[in-house]
Amino acid sequence: MFDTALTANDFIFLAKGAWMTILVTIVSVIAGTVLGIVFGTFRYQVGPIWAAPLTFVLDIFRSIPLLIQLVLANAFLGTVLRLNLSGLTIACIVLSMYCAAYCAEIVRGGIEAVPTTTRRAARSLGLTWWQDMREIVLPLATRVALPSWIGLALGVMKDSALVYVVQVTELLRSTQILITRLQEPLLLLMICGAFYFVISFPLARFGGYLEKRWSHD
Amino acid sequence: MFNYTFQWKQAMARLPQMLDGALVTMQIALLSMLLGILLAVVLTMFRLSGIRVLAGFTKTWVEIARNTPALFQIYMAHFGVASLGIYLNPFLSLLVGITFNNAGYLAENFRGALKAIPDTQTRAARSLGLGAVGAFRHVVLPQMLRISFLPMTNQMVWAILMTSLGVTVGMNTDLYGVTQDLNALTFRTFELFAIAAVIFYVITKVITLGARLIAARLFRY
Repeated sequence: MFDTALTANDFIFLAKGAWMTILVTIVSVIAGTVLGIVFGTFRYQVGPIWAAPLTFVLDIFRSIPLLIQLVLANAFLGTVLRLNLSGLTIACIVLSMYCAAYCAEIVRGGIEAVPTTTRRAARSLGLTWWQDMREIVLPLATRVALPSWIGLALGVMKDSALVYVVQVTELLRSTQILITRLQEPLLLLMICGAFYFVISFPLARFGGYLEKRWSHD
Repeated sequence: MFNYTFQWKQAMARLPQMLDGALVTMQIALLSMLLGILLAVVLTMFRLSGIRVLAGFTKTWVEIARNTPALFQIYMAHFGVASLGIYLNPFLSLLVGITFNNAGYLAENFRGALKAIPDTQTRAARSLGLGAVGAFRHVVLPQMLRISFLPMTNQMVWAILMTSLGVTVGMNTDLYGVTQDLNALTFRTFELFAIAAVIFYVITKVITLGARLIAARLFRY
């Protein structure tokens, strides 16, 4: 039961997949967060009516499966626009938009959680809109938004397992390739699952801790 | 405008097949949701039981479900379980995978909801003569389900989206699977998947709106 055909080379192969997972996640989360902050602030600033088109577009990213988003983006950029993009680029673009759609919601929630009176006080003390945003809203909104943002980042990492459809060999895909070759699904899947768990679990715990700590003040 | 000829007609001709697929998708999502809620209630009872092993079981389930990709869970249900000698067909592995995921997330939601229900209610129910299970069933459970109605709706939408992962274990009767097969047949990738995307969008919107209507009717007071 305990003998295995797994060699050191296979581990390197898995490590490459894991690195791909991390790379896609980091790029998408950073780009998605920047976009999400812009979108979220815009939505809050212009009100529900003028932001309706943006809300609609962002809602689409949250209402259709990521798998279909990836296939559609691949088909659209590749066959319709005839752009020669790598699978990694497409994966990062789609995941960034996916992340931005959720992040905009979190950012909006964070800004809304700052009491209007506090902001009015800041403005009447002579702070500009930008100063108010940076010195008053940012610290207060971060407290509300950070725990959910951690959840979102972990969600993007887990969902990055789907980028195999655009020919990116990330961790789960490389695991599957090895399964096909070695025929030891349980062991390989355990290794793969353990990797996701080891990254996700401590961060999720940390998010829960922040949420608990920051909600009683 | 584009250097590409769209063939919407060809793709639209396949719409009936895709709608059949959408029906299967909804069936799986609904079934996994019902089973998921049942399991999550059982897991929550385990957590409240005060028995270490049972509470630990719930904890392990919830953490694995929440900290690994859904696709991994479906693989596990298909390939992982198969190496133990239990062979599930694609439909069952997809169902098991999504149900596992749903139960984990819902159990966590229920835990949040329980915090909103004062402990004194259970004690009052117990001192009125209800047993531990009776107090849970008649006093805590209805409130818990009510508080977590909105998260449950979200989870239902997630379940719909997760059914698209079934294709990785060979499922070909759900919406994504059908679209994939048609794509192999006609090579109208963009058109077919755009239609599938619209169907998914409509399904999720109908669920969200329907849930809102049901909530307005159920929680009038």
